[in-house]
Amino acid sequence: MVELTLPKNSQITPGKVWPKPQGAKKLTEFRVYRWNPDDGRNPRIDTYYVDREDCGPMVLDGLIWIKNTVDPTLTFRRSCREGVCGSCAMNIGGTNTLACTKGMDEVLVKGVVNIYPLPHMPVVKDLVPDLTHFYAQHASIEPWLQTDSPPPEKEWRQAKDDREKLDGLYECILCACCSTSCPSYWWNGDRYLGPAALLQATRWLKDSRDERTGSRLDYLEDPFRLYRCHTIMNCAQACPKSLNPAKAIAEIKKMMVERQI
Amino acid sequence: MSTTPSSGHTPMRTALGRVRGLGSAHSGTDHFFKQRVTGLANLILMIAFIAIVISLAGSSYAATRATLGSPFVAVVLLLTLLSVTTHMRIGMQVVIEDYIHTESLKVLLIVANTFFSIAIALAGAFAVLKISMGG
Repeated sequence: MVELTLPKNSQITPGKVWPKPQGAKKLTEFRVYRWNPDDGRNPRIDTYYVDREDCGPMVLDGLIWIKNTVDPTLTFRRSCREGVCGSCAMNIGGTNTLACTKGMDEVLVKGVVNIYPLPHMPVVKDLVPDLTHFYAQHASIEPWLQTDSPPPEKEWRQAKDDREKLDGLYECILCACCSTSCPSYWWNGDRYLGPAALLQATRWLKDSRDERTGSRLDYLEDPFRLYRCHTIMNCAQACPKSLNPAKAIAEIKKMMVERQI
Repeated sequence: MSTTPSSGHTPMRTALGRVRGLGSAHSGTDHFFKQRVTGLANLILMIAFIAIVISLAGSSYAATRATLGSPFVAVVLLLTLLSVTTHMRIGMQVVIEDYIHTESLKVLLIVANTFFSIAIALAGAFAVLKISMGG
């Protein structure tokens, strides 16, 4: 059956309340999920107070401030700090999003910024989820141009309106916010490819230069790989790039029907 | 069938090998399409079905037999049974596939679901035909 409760060693316990910074005028409370694979303890929620006048306005700014000035053991991924790399995806204020593009004041729940790792993924440490399977799912849809015709002298040409069909698909940064917000992915993520991989699949199915549309559809035509999508729409709501994976998946289903009728 | 998920949990298998698993089933579109078609058919047929039930409310057995004796009424009832039970079967199968992760139980429930839906459909059809044509 589906697991609706956390296993015993994953249940969250109260954590440490870190001291408030001295002399700070404006503070924001952060409650952050902590788990260390090496100490044998259950996960816990640590409380930090961020000095708002000493850091930028985004949630990531607050996390970096905590790591630099309060607790260097706090572990999270980050890189570009401007919503391009997708590294700092986490569950903030109950929603999967990027810490770098989310303002602290946008996500307050009763004055508190609550931060957890992306839901239903194995945790490596603190806010770092294990995305190995997620990346393998992306690799499985073979996200590159596939052709059998002899390569042209220069580039493969594409009409302007054909290029426009890729808008809303190519912008995905693979942050995993959508897939890890999807209940179908939670329950059947081992076999269901999830919104991120399927949006990328659509990106290559829609590419006028690609010659393997049929075999791409063959790969996806499966009750679990594709048809676990029940149009729940969490993916579209979560996407920090405002893309619509649910619509992309509907396009795949449409192509599946189209080639049969 | 083994109880290990088909994607395999052998620790040394590569991530890609795990994702590819047993490969594509090359099916699912049929169920997807049928579910939508029967959904639409249900909408239309249920209106007719409810109208027939309302028109028969409080009438005698003889009057009911006379109404169901009309081929049009009987066929609408039979179509409703066919469409509703098909829709019910596919919908329930999706729920089972979503939430039941023990392979043996899942297969058992999917088979039981099919048997149940066919039994309901045939029992209903038998009743309609008996009232419609029977003595």
